[in-house]
Amino acid sequence: MSVTDIAFEAQAAEAVPEQAIEGRSQLQLTWRRLRHDRMAIASVVVILVMAVLALLAPLFASLTGHGVDQPFTNTGLTADGIPVPPGTNGFILGSDYIGRDLLIRILYGARLSLFVGITTTLIATVAGVTIGLVAGYFGGWVDSVLARFIDAVLAFPVVVLALALAAVFGASLPIVLGVISFFSWAGISRIVRGQTLSLKEKEYIEAARSLGAAPLRIMFVDILPNLIGPVLVLATLYIPNAIVFEATLSFLGIGIPAPTADWGSILSEAQNYYQVSWWYVVFPAAALLVTTLAFNLLGDGIRDALDPRTERLFAAGRKSRRRRRREGPAIALAAPAGGSEA
Amino acid sequence: MALARFLVRRVLTGILVLWLVATGTFFLFFARPVLVVARGLAGRAASPQVIQQVIRDLGLDQPLMVQYGHFLNRLFLHLDFGYSYYNGESVKTIIAQDIPITASVVVGGVVLWLIVGLSVGIISATRPRSLFDRVSTVGVLAGLSAPTFVIGELLIIAIFVPLNQHGFSWIQTGYYPLSQGVIPWMGHMILPWVTLATVQAAVYTRLSRGSLIDTLGEDYIRTARAKGLSERRVVFRHGVRAALTPVVSQLGVDIGGLLGGVVVVEQVFGLSGLGQDSVQAIATGNLPVIIGFVIVAAAFVVVANIVVDMCYALLDPRVRLT
Amino acid sequence: MSGPLSAVPADGGGSGELLRVENLVKYFPVRSTGMVRRTIGQVQAVDGVSLTIGRGQTLGLVGETGCGKSTLARCIAGLIPVTSGTVTFEGHDITNLPRRAMRPFRREIQMIFQDPYGSLNPRRRVGAIIGDPFAIHKTATGNERKRAVQELMERVGLNPEHYNRFPAEFSGGQRQRIGVARALALRPKLIICDEPVSALDVSIQAQVLNLLADLQDDFGLSYLFIAHDLEVVRHVSDSVIVMYLGRIAEAGPKDPVYDTPRHPYTAALLSASPAADPESAASRQRIILTGDVPSPINPPSGCRFHPRCPKAQELCSQSVPELEPKSGGEPTHLTACHYPVQAGEILASTGRREPV
Repeated sequence: MSVTDIAFEAQAAEAVPEQAIEGRSQLQLTWRRLRHDRMAIASVVVILVMAVLALLAPLFASLTGHGVDQPFTNTGLTADGIPVPPGTNGFILGSDYIGRDLLIRILYGARLSLFVGITTTLIATVAGVTIGLVAGYFGGWVDSVLARFIDAVLAFPVVVLALALAAVFGASLPIVLGVISFFSWAGISRIVRGQTLSLKEKEYIEAARSLGAAPLRIMFVDILPNLIGPVLVLATLYIPNAIVFEATLSFLGIGIPAPTADWGSILSEAQNYYQVSWWYVVFPAAALLVTTLAFNLLGDGIRDALDPRTERLFAAGRKSRRRRRREGPAIALAAPAGGSEA
Repeated sequence: MALARFLVRRVLTGILVLWLVATGTFFLFFARPVLVVARGLAGRAASPQVIQQVIRDLGLDQPLMVQYGHFLNRLFLHLDFGYSYYNGESVKTIIAQDIPITASVVVGGVVLWLIVGLSVGIISATRPRSLFDRVSTVGVLAGLSAPTFVIGELLIIAIFVPLNQHGFSWIQTGYYPLSQGVIPWMGHMILPWVTLATVQAAVYTRLSRGSLIDTLGEDYIRTARAKGLSERRVVFRHGVRAALTPVVSQLGVDIGGLLGGVVVVEQVFGLSGLGQDSVQAIATGNLPVIIGFVIVAAAFVVVANIVVDMCYALLDPRVRLT
Repeated sequence: MSGPLSAVPADGGGSGELLRVENLVKYFPVRSTGMVRRTIGQVQAVDGVSLTIGRGQTLGLVGETGCGKSTLARCIAGLIPVTSGTVTFEGHDITNLPRRAMRPFRREIQMIFQDPYGSLNPRRRVGAIIGDPFAIHKTATGNERKRAVQELMERVGLNPEHYNRFPAEFSGGQRQRIGVARALALRPKLIICDEPVSALDVSIQAQVLNLLADLQDDFGLSYLFIAHDLEVVRHVSDSVIVMYLGRIAEAGPKDPVYDTPRHPYTAALLSASPAADPESAASRQRIILTGDVPSPINPPSGCRFHPRCPKAQELCSQSVPELEPKSGGEPTHLTACHYPVQAGEILASTGRREPV
């Protein structure tokens, strides 16, 4: 991040007027802290760039004149029928095994990856939060049944079942979305259920019941706002999971069927060419890694920003502990959160 | 005795789980039109006569519940998974051939990932904010973000290809039976192990680091320090033992994911174990093999979970075996 | 445990009666842990309590922690199901009503909670919290609701401009005012105050108590006022109930109960409460109870107080004393004791020791 960026940030921080009347919500406070986390901001930038590139994929395709599924057997392959290296014949990142433009395929792959990642995470979050709330709030046999179900899904060999489903129904986008969503909600449910179990004992829940609030209202108006933090973190961390999951399914040949451009299937095709065409593996792998890493870093950043005590205290680590020992009880929480922390 | 009662109960629930999986699998595959099922069992290229033969031999024309009874009977009483239509081999034989390969991957991978994950986590926790801690934190996130097959392919490009080009041929892909030599076996398995370990160790590094840092902040650790124990003793005798509990419970959660990792690793490194064969069975629509593998996978998860729970109880005296 | 029970002043028996609780029993099952959760015992939290509250009256409920007073409050408010007995509000039996049937009565019976921190949702703005009753009962929306909320805030002494703040931005006393505003929103007839000032500083306590008194005058509210502080209860109540281990020990109009306590437990409690006047404090006979409150899972036989009672006799461990007027007292002053304290009697300063 450049000096001007930092200066701009400082200015922005000053520009916020002192709010005397309006209280600051948890999200506002979180955002203020997140803004000073350079790693998280960099991740947001990476994700946005990736999203813009993905949206503009057709533009790149028309600029280069290379359609996404269009093989160029003359310009895109060497005389021996091997992919051409980056920068050859207008193939910026080289070509693939039948002479398609690798860059265009990676960009279209980004569309698919981001779409699958975000869609399945949305489905899984809505389902996971609802099921977790219901299990935790109602308790009793409802909870017993749902909790067992959650545990069963969590313990299930995911890929094995995905294989079985693909065998029965054949691979397709809806099946992929379904499988990934189905295996993602349970983790969210487990966290939400646990939190709900403790939250429902709070007096303000009793207060809502004494006002005559219906269970649905209590779950979504009174309990849910208290869960937004952890759910937000989980959801951010589930997006890269889903992207990896989707790519893995494609890699195994049970994902979205060819010729759809997809990072997993590009890497699967590249398997036979790693001796001769390094770019065929390295560029799609890099796209996949950069995207998932950015989401993971952002998730970590949000987690830190939501609860400035946990990680930051760890990060404050030795130095501040030593200081505390020497100076007596210093205010550990005020230890400046090292901006360079990953 | 508590342990025996616990074991009996867990084995019984395990059998229940297996029955549920078998039932689910059965209905998933067989509760469909007879012809579809028969084609799945006989292969896509089967002639109408063969299909009729299969329908008659396997009793696919009988009511579903009768078939279900036969299915359970064959499965649990005779351990008979049927025959691969592909080459007529018994699925039991295929599984028996595949198990040493898959076991090699799993055991070595788990050992490596625990060693790496725990030691990096412990070192990071005892030196928070050090260079080592920072580097490992970034490495952990990279490991968490990377799909197994990407790591595998990158390892092949970065290690296997250059080494072999320079005539150093110990590291290989494919499988080499353990019985024919430990050193070449390790040479063939080392990349799959590193791949599995890289992906999974990340989780354990992060977990053991966080948990150990929490534990080291506890009052009883301060007491241990105050009474003059050496730092090494404090960390290992008092800290690590308590910090291991979440690690072990995570192990239970990860067993399902481990199978997925194994499938991918076998695919990347050309190991024809259970994982690769099941992917192939899917590609060819080889139903008997798929069903057999699903049930073996479920059995593995059940057994591994029992083992993990027992470790858990041994590690944490507060956990009662109920 | 039946009989003429009333904590209502003599004039309040008929049309003046707002709430009647008869023989209310609440047992919580104690379950074993494990797969099959067998019921292995019962916590006898409330065991046969009867009371009435008159319109515009305040009934004080005192007792030690764990005597069942909060459970009783939650049973009356319909927050937890009752094991047996009845709760009657304005002649309607509201015992264990399903949620929908209970809804109209929710508007009439409101609650103020003990913990000013736990009783306000930290993630919601104060305006939304106080506006909840309107939203739930769909009585006001949009700007109308906002205006109503701001009026309420003003009424309980909060700055209406703080409408958009979060509970964390208020002090303990202000938070309790928010709780009062929320309870007041639907213009209830009865407010159950579950230790409303116990968590507050003494200086703040008086402010909140005065607010409650003002509101009572303005809106004709009835209060069921629960506290463990005897002086607070004396200050606010018209009549008083003393509870011990799930049962009523003594009940009646405030003055006779405080001036001439007949139950040894009441006498002990009163002797232990600090007096403002040091001279009377010095001359006062201090009754020190020994031992802890027994477990409500396995309460003592007969009179539940007998293991700690300085006057306990053989009979006390065998038969449960009726809650009834004692000779020489007012007919509305009820005591559940076989050997009630007589005027001028000096109780032994230590309780009977359990034979070891």
